[in-house]
Amino acid sequence: MSEHAKAGEQSSPITLVEAVTQALAYELKHDPDVVVFGQDIGANGGVFRATDGLQSSFGTDRVLDTPLAENMIAGIAVGMATQGMKPVAEFQFMGFIYPGLDHILSHAARMRNRTRGRLSCPIVYRAPYGGGIHAPEHHSESTEAMFAHIPGLRVVVPSSPARAYGLLLAAIRDPDPVLFLEPKRIYRAARQPVPDNGEALPLDSAFVLREGRDLTLVAWGASIKETLAAAERLATQGIEAEVIDPATLKPLDIHSIIDSLEKTRRCVVIHEAARFGGLGAEIAAQIQEYAFDLLDAPVQRVTGYDTVMPYYQLETAYLPGVERILAGARVALDYARQSGREGRK
Amino acid sequence: MHKPRLQLQASFDIAYLQYLDQQGRATQPLPDFATPDWLTYCLRQMQLARLVDDRAVKLQRTGRLGTYPSTLGQEAIGVATGNALMAEDIYCPYYRETGALLERGVEIEEILAIWGGDERGQNFEHARKDLPICVPIATQMLHAAGVAFALRHRHQQRGEPLQVAVASSGEGATSKGDFYEAMNLAGVWKLPMVFVVNNNQWAISVPRTAQTATQTIAQKAIAAGMPALQVDGNDIVAVAWAVRDAMMRARCGDGPALIEALSYRLCDHTTADDASRYRSAEELEQAWQWEPIRRLETYLRNQNLWSDANQQDMERELAQTMEAALNNWESRAPEPSTAIFDHLYAQLPEGLYEQYDQLRDEQAGVERQ
Repeated sequence: MSEHAKAGEQSSPITLVEAVTQALAYELKHDPDVVVFGQDIGANGGVFRATDGLQSSFGTDRVLDTPLAENMIAGIAVGMATQGMKPVAEFQFMGFIYPGLDHILSHAARMRNRTRGRLSCPIVYRAPYGGGIHAPEHHSESTEAMFAHIPGLRVVVPSSPARAYGLLLAAIRDPDPVLFLEPKRIYRAARQPVPDNGEALPLDSAFVLREGRDLTLVAWGASIKETLAAAERLATQGIEAEVIDPATLKPLDIHSIIDSLEKTRRCVVIHEAARFGGLGAEIAAQIQEYAFDLLDAPVQRVTGYDTVMPYYQLETAYLPGVERILAGARVALDYARQSGREGRK
Repeated sequence: MHKPRLQLQASFDIAYLQYLDQQGRATQPLPDFATPDWLTYCLRQMQLARLVDDRAVKLQRTGRLGTYPSTLGQEAIGVATGNALMAEDIYCPYYRETGALLERGVEIEEILAIWGGDERGQNFEHARKDLPICVPIATQMLHAAGVAFALRHRHQQRGEPLQVAVASSGEGATSKGDFYEAMNLAGVWKLPMVFVVNNNQWAISVPRTAQTATQTIAQKAIAAGMPALQVDGNDIVAVAWAVRDAMMRARCGDGPALIEALSYRLCDHTTADDASRYRSAEELEQAWQWEPIRRLETYLRNQNLWSDANQQDMERELAQTMEAALNNWESRAPEPSTAIFDHLYAQLPEGLYEQYDQLRDEQAGVERQ
């Protein structure tokens, strides 16, 4: 997929978090069934200002501060959605979703199936996620794999302002529950013109962020930043890496990754989350199931460690940086199968 | 030791309501809605609920139904609650609600389907917007709060009459955070919502006294700033009055209320339970003295509103209703196994086609053998 921002010359560049606000405002304006709620999202505009100005524009009936109970936020969204509303609920940080997991897993993701289509849950659960902003404990985790494991749920992670806008519109319009994880480390990392045209992006297609013939790098969220930097470094060595952002972790567009492997035959998956049972394992498993013969090297995983996410003094050591990605890329590039195929230089 | 002088900051009380006592005598004049027709209708519905429960337990014992939670002894709460809702109100039930479900128009065969392991039972033919029965404890109360928000939103946006969400639970559920969180939100957002707690004294094996130190369950609502009433839950007139009154308040925009209905679980928790492991035969025998059906029947007989002939006619009619439902349930073709994919998402993601095909082919293979 190419991005739709081509027509954006006339709009001024905005950040990822501003693109989130822009998408919420667009849907609030165009769909009377949309309500936005969470902790401190009203007058305060959310702790990251993702809902800045929405309450004054759309009123306290549609943009609501809730009492402080994450489980409650998750649960009332289910009830609202069954009656035809489109709740967009904010959790202040991903690390605080877990009290509401029961409602997401046991109800939102199952309501359509349980009632054989009689009721459904078109909910968006939004949460800032990931590390790297020197936050206190529980503010930096990446546990997207836990949620991607849940049948009936969608998991979406944007990595640019344009994708945040288009994917959030799609998530709100989708008839099923979506966990929308916003990589807070890059909330304000870059600006990009994002025309407020209400155009959604598909929820089942990966994005090719950089084309290349030698190696496929798969990453999402804030890790895209280091992955693109690593691709730049590889380019200086004459190695052209293709960078793919799946963006919708569930359902996963494995086809785009395999299409890339047709060219490159080598793959590295990068994520902040712990390695064991992470999305990298799923992607590697699907690649070997569907494209074993394409591979010239085992799929490499460059990830956070299987440790507790550290307090911020050590978080940089934990997070996969450019050097760790390059090391993983080097293993994939140098690998030579016994069959005699040679590794690339 | 020094004792500081304290000032009374707030005070509360919990009232109790009963119209018919254990012997079926009116303790006060009955409310206007309790006409002879309404009372005999309630007697029928309670007996129907008891019959459905009885047959369902027997079906489980003979291996034709899965685990089943009977409502034996608590029929008045379900029937009175379900009866108090208008068609457009939304009911958010827990799993022990035979009487209320029947009042909402849920078919007996749908109830059997649910406990017979078939999701189609939750696809209610009537009561299309009611929530399905909820198995995880107390979660339905938060859903009901969300429903109540949606009902008020619709009322505000489209000028439709304000409708009410009603959540039911057992008393064990009032120990959970979901219960407190739902009450807290309903109170502070003044949601059109009613909580009906079936205090049947037992949460599986844990008695009411081990569940909470509060004097009543009803008083838990005080902390959320909402009115609460304790009623004799085996007196269908008392339950009906309380639920109707609470719903009228909610319908007028005066916010939520909670009703604690005192009853007793005369049955095991479910067919998978054996209550004789944890409670005495004497206690059970004692509890049978105040069960709700005989009480109403006695009252009606004393008023010359019910006779042996009436009872026999009703039993015959209910048996026919039950047989017809059983036949409908048993004659329904099983769902194709691929149904497990059909309602997972509005549209099946392409990545699941392979699994769908695998299951379909696997089943075709099984059928060929």
